[in-house]
Amino acid sequence: MRVLMFGWEFPPHNSGGLGTACFGLTRALANRQIDVLFVLPKKVGVSASFMNILFADTRKVKFHEIESNLKPYVTSDGYVRERDKMISDIYGNTLLQEVRRYALRAREIAKKEHFDVIHAHDWLSFLAGVEAKKVSGKPLVLHVHATEFDRTGGQGVNQDVYDIEKMAMEYADGIIAVSNFTKEKIIKHYGISPGKIEVVHNGIDECDYADIPDRLSELKKNGQKIVLFAGRITIQKGPEYFIRAAKRVLEHNPNVLFLVAGSGDMERQMMLEAAHLGISSNVMFVGFLRGDDLSAVYRAADLFVMPSVSEPFGITPLESIIAGAPVLISKQSGVAEVLTHALKTDFWDTDDMANKILGVVSHRSLWQTLWSNSREEVKKVTWDASSKKCIDYYAKLICDCGVPPEVRVI
Amino acid sequence: MASICFYFQVHQPFRVKDYRVFDVGRDSEYFNDDSDRSINNKKILHKVAGKCYLPANAVLLELLNKYPEFKISFSFSGVFLEQLEMFSPETLESFQKLVATGRAEVLEETYYHSLSFLYSPEEFRRQVAMHRAKVQELFGVTPTVFRNTELIYNNALAHEVEKMGYKGIIAEGADHVLGWRSPNFLYRPQGTENIKLLLKNYRLSDDIAFRFSSKDWADFPLTAPKFAQWASQVNGNGQVINLFMDYETFGEHQWEDTGIFNFLRHLPEEIYKHPDNDFITPSEAIERYEPIAELDVHNYMSWADVERDLSAWLSNAMQHDAIQSVYSMEDDVLATDDVRLIDDWRRLQTSDHFYYMCTKWFNDGDVHKYFNPYNTPYEAFIAYMNALQDMKLRIHNYRAPENTSPKEIPVRHLSA
Repeated sequence: MRVLMFGWEFPPHNSGGLGTACFGLTRALANRQIDVLFVLPKKVGVSASFMNILFADTRKVKFHEIESNLKPYVTSDGYVRERDKMISDIYGNTLLQEVRRYALRAREIAKKEHFDVIHAHDWLSFLAGVEAKKVSGKPLVLHVHATEFDRTGGQGVNQDVYDIEKMAMEYADGIIAVSNFTKEKIIKHYGISPGKIEVVHNGIDECDYADIPDRLSELKKNGQKIVLFAGRITIQKGPEYFIRAAKRVLEHNPNVLFLVAGSGDMERQMMLEAAHLGISSNVMFVGFLRGDDLSAVYRAADLFVMPSVSEPFGITPLESIIAGAPVLISKQSGVAEVLTHALKTDFWDTDDMANKILGVVSHRSLWQTLWSNSREEVKKVTWDASSKKCIDYYAKLICDCGVPPEVRVI
Repeated sequence: MASICFYFQVHQPFRVKDYRVFDVGRDSEYFNDDSDRSINNKKILHKVAGKCYLPANAVLLELLNKYPEFKISFSFSGVFLEQLEMFSPETLESFQKLVATGRAEVLEETYYHSLSFLYSPEEFRRQVAMHRAKVQELFGVTPTVFRNTELIYNNALAHEVEKMGYKGIIAEGADHVLGWRSPNFLYRPQGTENIKLLLKNYRLSDDIAFRFSSKDWADFPLTAPKFAQWASQVNGNGQVINLFMDYETFGEHQWEDTGIFNFLRHLPEEIYKHPDNDFITPSEAIERYEPIAELDVHNYMSWADVERDLSAWLSNAMQHDAIQSVYSMEDDVLATDDVRLIDDWRRLQTSDHFYYMCTKWFNDGDVHKYFNPYNTPYEAFIAYMNALQDMKLRIHNYRAPENTSPKEIPVRHLSA
């Protein structure tokens, strides 16, 4: 089986979960003897030598780069602001034009290459997938890692982006949602029939997280506990709820340090909020971290908190558990569907959040039970399991497409 | 001759509400959830009374009236009886009617359905005495046979219970203890003089309690004639078939539409079709039969899970932490002489609290999850430990009566 895959970012030049997910899935597919032709904008910069590091057998994965004037969509400034900036008058419709240009190039590639199924990740590559299907007649799978409603927290949904998402979802043969949470959104906001959506949860490969450095032990010498937020400081990630919960915690236990790792358009606002609440000395903004730096912070933390308002999946809690910190996650997240050994809360319930944070920092037995059980659980959440579900889904769609169009049932 | 010995466990804990750290020092009502959640004790009691206690009692009363030799036994926890008095007096009355027939024996247990024997023998004896008094008050009978919480048992418990004057004790017929031996005889606990041991026939008991409505089971559907046939196969190879189960089997674990009440209604007539069979209570079994051998049970066993050990309540660090914390308060709590405080402390000893914190089955989402009213074992632990924190404050207030400023004490105590 050969897959023509369209993406927009890839490690090491990613700054969001999308690149991590594309890489994890592609590697797992290759390990299951699936050929993947991965098409990316040129600026992503996938070099041959780096591919040899990423993939054991590069014969299984080929990359095709498309010239692009734009850098990938996410920078350390956070997705929403960046995208809005691009779409705003300053750039005109450059991003949308770029997405369309990418689609036209995809058309050319699809004419030349041989493949059995098309797989496109998120709206930036959806049009490319659609064009590839038009010229090839092969089944198209859209992989929804986030919808416009997640990215904007439901406020200020961009109509052009929504239209592309909806049109592509209707045209595609099948849709992969990263969670039931996302599947429900696709049904509710895009009017897609539930039978056309397959849920494939993301995974994590432990081998990518070996030898995590222990750098922050100094911070904990006086018995101080560390509670971590790591992610873009944007409305989607719920940073303000983290700050409010911190205030409640500190009223009861002043010996807790709250670390905020990340950057984004709400960073300044959050610093001011912490100052306003009088807790600045216990809230540290450490900026955008990646790789070993991020892992070191996870390892130092006693608890990782993900208070997202809307999180289609959320790989960071899995990374945190592997690195050594148990997690408190919002119920409004896809990862809550695969983690039973996690504390869960409604993002808006900062009292409940504070109660659970205090539970973990006060009782070593809770920390120990929670972390050791979640550590075992995460071992089962692998990209290999995700790739197997994808392959089964490809097979089903290829089979369905073999039937004459008039009797096809989707 | 093989006699059927039915014993039904009837228990409901006082579940702790979603008690948050912010409630410490402000709210000492730990058990009064009034939401729609399954930690609302009143709501649960009404639900189970409607689905199980009232209809099952009606069937049993009908059977006791119809068959003069039909017999059963119950063990009621004290906290269950208390909740009947509080929330459902008509259910209490229907149990009293059954006991009044003289053919429904009441067994002894710890009032608070606790694990006190493992942590404080004195507290254990006090709770047994409390239970005895409660049963006498409500039913006018005095139990002579003892069953420990969740059938937790070992030699030491049998010794203690014998010393307390009971003539019989009940336990699980666990394979790892019995080996090739049969649960269908009475045994002598190792090193005891008079007390006799009745062991649960878990295969036949679980056929009703767990497998009754299981469509994957080769013997599904289970009918009264089929079950009576299995029971009579014991003839010549045993004396008593101990069918021990949660009373909630009838109507709550096995819903009415599974046919469980009809099964119960028709069982006696099918049993009586085999002339060698009858029904018997635990104390009658003890009168009628002598122990066939001595049984050595050094390690604790119970009737829970496939392990039949203590792991449902005591396997992870949270459970050990919680139970040690509650028993470490014993001297301080009792020293206050505060009836409410002591009662709250004892309600927090009920085994269910520790069961809710169990994580060993949590991955599989199996039947045990059904019994957990909390979203996760971690939430159960947090609410429980917060309540204990409030208990400590209340004790502290007794010790230092001059520190009565309600705002100061919690803060100082928590940061200490």
